[in-house]
Amino acid sequence: MHPILALVLRRLALGALSLWAVSLLIFAGTEILPGDVAEAMLGQSATPEAVAAIRRELGLDRPAWERYLDWLVGLLQGDLGTSYANRMPVAELVGERLANTLFLAGVAAAVAVPLAVGLGIAAVRWRESVLDRLLSAMTLSAISMPEFFIGYALIYLFAVTWPLAPPIATVYPGMDLAARLKVVVLPVAALALVTVAHMMRMTRAAILNVMESPYIETAELKGLARSRIVLRHALPNALSPIINVIVINLAYLVVGVVVVEVVFVYPGLGQLMVDAVAKRDVPLVQACGMIFAATYILLNLTADVLAILTNPRLLHPR
Amino acid sequence: MTLLLEIRDLHVQALGEEGEWQEIVHGVSLELRPSEVLGLIGESGAGKSTLGLAALGYARRGVRLVRGSIRLHGEELLGAPYERLRQIRGHRVTYVAQSAAAAFNPAYRIEDQCIEAAVEHGILSEAEARAEARRLFARLRLPDPERFGQRYPHQVSGGQLQRAMTVMAMVPRPDLVVFDEPTTALDVTTQIEVLAAIKTAIESERLAAIYITHDLALVVQIAHRILVLKDGREVEAGPTATILEHPREAYTRALIQVRRRFRPERPRPEGAPLLEVRGVEAAYGALRVLADVNLALWRGRTVAVVGESGSGKTTLARVITGLLPPRRGEVRLDGRSLALSYRQRHRDELRRIQLVYQMPDVALNPRQTVEEIIGRPLTFYFGLRGAERRRRVEQLLESVELPPGFADRYPRELSGGQKQRVAIARALAAEPEVMICDEVTSALDVQVAEAVLRLLLDLQERTGIAYLYITHDLATVKAIADEIVVMLQGRVVESGPKSEVLRPPHHPYTATLLASVPEMEMGWLDRILTERGLPDAGSPSPASAAASGT
Repeated sequence: MHPILALVLRRLALGALSLWAVSLLIFAGTEILPGDVAEAMLGQSATPEAVAAIRRELGLDRPAWERYLDWLVGLLQGDLGTSYANRMPVAELVGERLANTLFLAGVAAAVAVPLAVGLGIAAVRWRESVLDRLLSAMTLSAISMPEFFIGYALIYLFAVTWPLAPPIATVYPGMDLAARLKVVVLPVAALALVTVAHMMRMTRAAILNVMESPYIETAELKGLARSRIVLRHALPNALSPIINVIVINLAYLVVGVVVVEVVFVYPGLGQLMVDAVAKRDVPLVQACGMIFAATYILLNLTADVLAILTNPRLLHPR
Repeated sequence: MTLLLEIRDLHVQALGEEGEWQEIVHGVSLELRPSEVLGLIGESGAGKSTLGLAALGYARRGVRLVRGSIRLHGEELLGAPYERLRQIRGHRVTYVAQSAAAAFNPAYRIEDQCIEAAVEHGILSEAEARAEARRLFARLRLPDPERFGQRYPHQVSGGQLQRAMTVMAMVPRPDLVVFDEPTTALDVTTQIEVLAAIKTAIESERLAAIYITHDLALVVQIAHRILVLKDGREVEAGPTATILEHPREAYTRALIQVRRRFRPERPRPEGAPLLEVRGVEAAYGALRVLADVNLALWRGRTVAVVGESGSGKTTLARVITGLLPPRRGEVRLDGRSLALSYRQRHRDELRRIQLVYQMPDVALNPRQTVEEIIGRPLTFYFGLRGAERRRRVEQLLESVELPPGFADRYPRELSGGQKQRVAIARALAAEPEVMICDEVTSALDVQVAEAVLRLLLDLQERTGIAYLYITHDLATVKAIADEIVVMLQGRVVESGPKSEVLRPPHHPYTATLLASVPEMEMGWLDRILTERGLPDAGSPSPASAAASGT
C-alpha cells in the first residue's frame, strides 16, 4: 500500500495547490466585478463623501494585495470574514445554506447514483432489447431538456394537475427529516432526471467498451451466465470511467443546482451566492466560490484515488 | 467407433465492410474421436479460428453459422438454444486463446479464473477445483504451483500465462479442448516449452483436442490427424504421417517445402568489408541495450542477425542507419567512418543504406499512392520528376514482380505481401548498397513470406546488394544467410560463416535457439525433450497421472 499512500499524498498536495490558485482567481474576479458595495448599499443617497466613508470603514481603501493576504490568512484560520451587507459573520450565513444544499444533493445522489448504475448495467445485460432502446430514448430526452423546463413541468404535473407534492420546497431550521424529505420530492426528481440520464448513458458505454475485450470472449466460452459476465467480468474493469462520471455529477449536484433552487425556491447555497453577487457582498461571494471550488477538487481527488484502488496493476505491482 | 465431434458441410458467413453477409467457410467437414488430436492448419483468413469456435457452437460478433451440422456426442449444436450451449461451453468443450495476456481478466487472480468454469457449472466444489488447478499447474511445470495462482495475470510471463490458460481449459475436465494458435505470440525458445507442456497435458489427461496453427512443423509434433484449410475450404485431410510424407495437393506440398530450402553458403570475398560495426554500445536513456557489438558485411552477401525479442536486433538497425546515435563505437561504410546521427550524414551516405520495416501496414503512408511512395526517394536522391519518375517507378514495380498499374493504387488496396514488395521497391529506388531488412517476413503468411524471400535472393543475384537480415526465425536464416550473428541481451554471443555457426560446438544459447526451431518431422519434439533431459512428453502413463494427483 505504500506507493498508493504516496500517490494519495501527492494528489492532496496538488489539490491544495489548485485551491490556492482558485483563491487568486476568485479574489481577482471579485476585484474586477463592476459596481461597488458602497454604492450598492447607499443607493440613491450615494454622495461621494458617504461612499468614501463606507469604503474606509470596510477597509476597501487599502491596496488589493493587502486585502488578499488578510483574506487568505483568515481562510487558513477558518475565518470566512464578515458580510458587507448585514455585518454578520459569513460562516453563520453560509453554514445553514450549505447544510441545505448538501441535504438536497445527498438525497438526489442517493436516488440517482444507484438508479443510474443499475439501469446502465441492465441496458448492457439486455442489450438491444426493448428495455435498452426505451432507456436510450428516455435518457436522451432528459438530457436534451433544460433543467428549469423539467422543474416547471414537474410542478405543473405533480403539484398543479395532480397535487401529490408541494410545488415550493421551503425548509427551515428545526424541521424534522420526514417533513424535509416530503418537500424536496420535486427538486430531487428534477435533479435525478438530469443526472441519471448522463450517468446511465456513460455507465452503459463504459461497460460496453469492456465487453469488446478478449477476456469477455473467454468468459462467454466458459459458458457463464450473461449477468455474471456483465457483473463479474465487465463491470470491475469499467469502474474507473463510471466513478469519474458519478463524481462529475455529484459535483454538479452541489455546485450547479442554482437553477433548480430558484425554480423551487429552495434556500440553498447557490441562491445565496446569486443574491450576494447582486448586493456586491464580496466576502460572501468569495466564501461561496471557495466552497464550490473545494467541493470540486475534493470530489475529483476521490475519483482519482478510487480509480487507482480499482486498478489491479497499480494495487498489485509485479 | 463413436465420434466425439462431427462437423458436416458447415457454412459460415461474416459481415462485410458494407454490411452484407459474405460466406467465409464454404462447407467444411471434420470429425474427431475421443483422445484424438486434430491439427487445423492454414494461413490467416483460412477460417481456422472460426471452425475452432464452431466446435463450441460459438460465433464471434459479425459472424454467423449458417448451415450444416455440428454434433457433439451426437447432439446438434447448430441452432441449439443458448442455455443449452452455455452448459456445453466451459464444461464439455473448452478453449485456449492465442493471446493469454488478453484472454485473462486483469481484475482477478489467475487461480480464481482457472476454477470459475468448473465451479459455475457445478462440476467440482471450489476446494476440489483449487486442488485440481494446483495439480495441473504442477503438471504444466509452472513454478511454485501452490501459490502460482494467487498472482494476477500481469504479474507472470507470457509463456506462464499461456500454460495457465491451458490449465483453465482443463480444470472442468472437458471432452474436447480447442487450442487456437496457443504458441504463436511467444518467443521461439518459450514456444517449444509451452508446446511440450500442452502435449504432456493432452496425453496424460487423455484429452481430445483441436490444435489450430499456421505452422505445420508445430502441429506435426502433436496431432494424430491434420486438416489443411485454405480460404474456408478443405485442401486435404489425413493422418499426420500421410500428410507429411505423401501430400496429395500442391498447396500442402508448398507448406511442407517452406522449411526445407537451404541456400549454399558462398565464400567470403577478398578485401575490406562494405559495412562495418565496431564496438557499438547504445542505450535508451539509462537502459543499455547494446554492448560491444561488432559486425562486418561484404558486398553482395547476407548477414543474418538472430535473437529473441529484446535482444537488441532492431536497435542495431537504428544505430547503423543513424536513427539512434550510439554512446560508443562507430559504423564504417566502405572504409570511411559515418557520422553517428543521420542528420550529419551526407545525402549520398544516406542513399547507400536503406531500411525495410517489419510492418508494411504502418511503414507506408496510407494517404499516398504507390507512385508517390516509391517516387519520393527518386526525387530526393536523383531529382527525378514527371514522366521520367513514373517510368522508373514502373521499372521498380516490375523488379519486385508487381504490375506497373499498381503505381496508382493506395496501400489499403494492396495485400500484406504486396505492401511489403512496395516497401522493398521504395528501398531499391535509392539504389542502395546495403539493405537492412528488419523482420520483413514475420508479419506475412508462410507462402507469401516465401515469395518475398525468393524476391530478395533474386535481387541480390541481379544487383549485388548486401543484406543485413534481422530475424528471430532460424529457418529463414538457414535459407538465405551467408553469415550469422547471434545476439542475446544486447551482446553478440556467436558469429561467423553459416556453416560454422550451424555446426557444433555451439554457444549454449545458439544451441537452445537451434533446437527450438521445429523440424518438419514427427517425433522431433519428443527427441528434443529427451536430449534436454526433460521428462518425455511422449510417454503418458496412467500411473504418473495418478501419482501427481495425490
